[in-house]
Amino acid sequence: MTVTTQGRRASEGGRAQRPQNTGGRSSSPRARPSRARPLVGYGRWWWALPGLLLVLGIQYTATSVGGFFAFTNWSGIGSFEWIGLENFREIFQDPEKVRALGNTLLLAFGSVLLTNVFGLMLALALNRGLRTRYALRVVFFMPVVLSPLAVSYVWKFIFDFNGPLNQLLAAGGLQELQRPWLADPNLAIWAVLGVIVWQQTGIAMVIYLAGLAAVPVEIEEAAAIDGASHWQRFLAVTVPSIRPAIAIATTLGLVNGLRIFDQIMALTAGGPAGATENLATEVYKEAFSLGRFGYGAALALLLTVLILVCAMLQQYATRDRSKES
Amino acid sequence: MFRYTKATALREALTWVAAFIFLLPFYFLVATALKSDQEVFASDPIAPPTNPDLSSFVAVLGQQGQSNVLLGLLNSVILTGGSILCMVLLGSLTGYVIVRSTRRWSRGAYMLFLIAIVLPTQLGTVPLYIGARTLGLTGSIWGMIILYTGMLLPFAVFLYAGFFRGLGTEYEEAATIDGASRAQIFFRVVLPLMAPATGTVAILAGLIVWNDFFSALIFLGGSENQTLPVAMYYYVGSLVSQWNQIFAIVIVSMIPILLLYLVAQKRFIQGFAGGIKG
Repeated sequence: MTVTTQGRRASEGGRAQRPQNTGGRSSSPRARPSRARPLVGYGRWWWALPGLLLVLGIQYTATSVGGFFAFTNWSGIGSFEWIGLENFREIFQDPEKVRALGNTLLLAFGSVLLTNVFGLMLALALNRGLRTRYALRVVFFMPVVLSPLAVSYVWKFIFDFNGPLNQLLAAGGLQELQRPWLADPNLAIWAVLGVIVWQQTGIAMVIYLAGLAAVPVEIEEAAAIDGASHWQRFLAVTVPSIRPAIAIATTLGLVNGLRIFDQIMALTAGGPAGATENLATEVYKEAFSLGRFGYGAALALLLTVLILVCAMLQQYATRDRSKES
Repeated sequence: MFRYTKATALREALTWVAAFIFLLPFYFLVATALKSDQEVFASDPIAPPTNPDLSSFVAVLGQQGQSNVLLGLLNSVILTGGSILCMVLLGSLTGYVIVRSTRRWSRGAYMLFLIAIVLPTQLGTVPLYIGARTLGLTGSIWGMIILYTGMLLPFAVFLYAGFFRGLGTEYEEAATIDGASRAQIFFRVVLPLMAPATGTVAILAGLIVWNDFFSALIFLGGSENQTLPVAMYYYVGSLVSQWNQIFAIVIVSMIPILLLYLVAQKRFIQGFAGGIKG
C-alpha cells in the first residue's frame, strides 16, 4: 500500500514540467525508510479549513441564498413573498430583458470568435523567425493588464462623433462612413464588442504562442518535404497539436465574455435606449439601483445557469476532441 | 526551414504596421491629456497638442471627496496587497493539503474549488451585500480583502495544486529526517520552492483585484475607502467632454500597472499563457 503510493508520487514527480524538481537537493533520494509515509510531515488536514470555509461561505452559501431570492419579490429590506417563477416570467415577457440576453450571447460568442481568430493569426505571425517577436508580443499583450474601465474611456473618446475615428474617416475621404458610433442603437453593441476584442486578443495570442511552441517541428518539416502546402500543414499538423490551447482560450473567453460589465458601463451605460444592456448590467441596475433584489437575483441566476451550461458544454466538447485524436 | 528571408522581413514589417494601428489609442490618450481646456474643445482630436501642458493632471490630482484620486490609489494598493497576501497564504496551505492528502475528502474539496472558479459572482453579490451591510462591512477595506480572497481563492488553490502535484516528496522526506516540524517543512522548505507559483498567483489575482470595478463599486462606492477605478468612475461621471481631464485620470490609473508590466512582462505573459493551464 505504502509502496504503491510512493511509486505513484515518484512517477508524478518525474512527469513534472517545473525545473526545480529535477535538481533534487535531498541528500539521499533512494534511501527512504520503507514506512516513511505516515511519518513524513505533509501538513495537517485542518490547514485547508480556513480556505474551505471561506469559499463555502462567500461562494456557495451566498450563491445559494441568491438563488433562493430569485424566487421572491424581496426589495432588499423588510418582508418578502415566495412568488415562484413570476420573476422569470417577467424577464421573458420584457423585450428589454430578452434583448439583454441576446446581447450577452452576442458579446460572449462574438468576442470568443474574434479574439481567437486574431489571437491565432498574431501568434502564427510572431511564432518563428521574427527578430522583434518579443517586443511585438509585449505590445499586443499590453491592453490585457489595463483596467477595462480605463480602456473603455479611451475608446469612448475615439468613437465620439467629433472624435478621432470620424476625423480619420474624413481625412481618408470616407465622410459617408462617419457615424455616431455609440449613439446609434444598431451600432453601439458592435462598438462595445470591438473594444473587448482590442483588449483581450492578447490573452488568446499568448495562449496560442505557448501552444505553438509545442508543435513538433520534425513533423512539420516532413510534411513540407512531402509537398504539403502552408495551409495543409496548418490544418494537418498545427491545429491538432494546439487543440489544448484552443480549448483553454475559448473556455476562458466564453466565461469572461458572458459577464462583461465594466466596458458597457463606461462606454454606453447600457444606452442608447437600452440597446447595449446585457445581463450583468441589468443585474446591477435592478438589484442595486432600483432596489428590486428578487428580480435582480433572478437575472443573476439566469446568467449563472448560462455560464455553467457554457462551461460544461465546453468541457464536454474538449474532452470529446482529445479522445478522437 | 526558418531562415530569415524576404518573406519573413515582409511579415515582420506588416506586423509592426498592425502594432502601430493597435497602439493608436495610446497616442490619442497621451496627446489629449496634454492639451489645455481651451485646446481640447477647439482643436482637431487627431492633432498633437500645440502647447503641451500638465494643467489637466494638476486638476485631477487635486480632487477631493468622492473622486480623490490619490486616496483611491492608496486604497487600491492596500487592497491589492492585502488580498494577495491572504490568497497566497490560504491558497498555498489549502492546495498543499489537498494535493498531499490521500483521503477521499480531498478529491471532493478539490472539485468544490474547481466548480467555484466558473461560478459567476453576480448571483452571490446580492446576499453578500446584504450580509456585509448587516455586519457593517460595506465600505470597509478589511471586509473587501476577505471578500476578494474568498472570490479568487478557488483560482489560487487550483494554481497551487497544479504546481504541488509536480513537486516530488523528497524535500519533505529529507526535512522530516532532519527533524523539522510540519509547519517548518511547509513554510521553510515547500513554500519557498513554490516561488514561481506564488508569482503567478500574485500577478493574476492581483491584476483582477487591482482592475476590479463591479464589486468595488457595489461594496466601496461612496465610502472613503474607494479604489482607483471607482474614484475614476465618479470623476469621469462628473465631467462632460473634458477629455483632457478624463484622460489625465486614465493615465494616472494606468501608470502603476504599466510600469509593473514593463518590468515583469515575462512573468505576466507566462502567467496568462501557462498559469491558466495550471
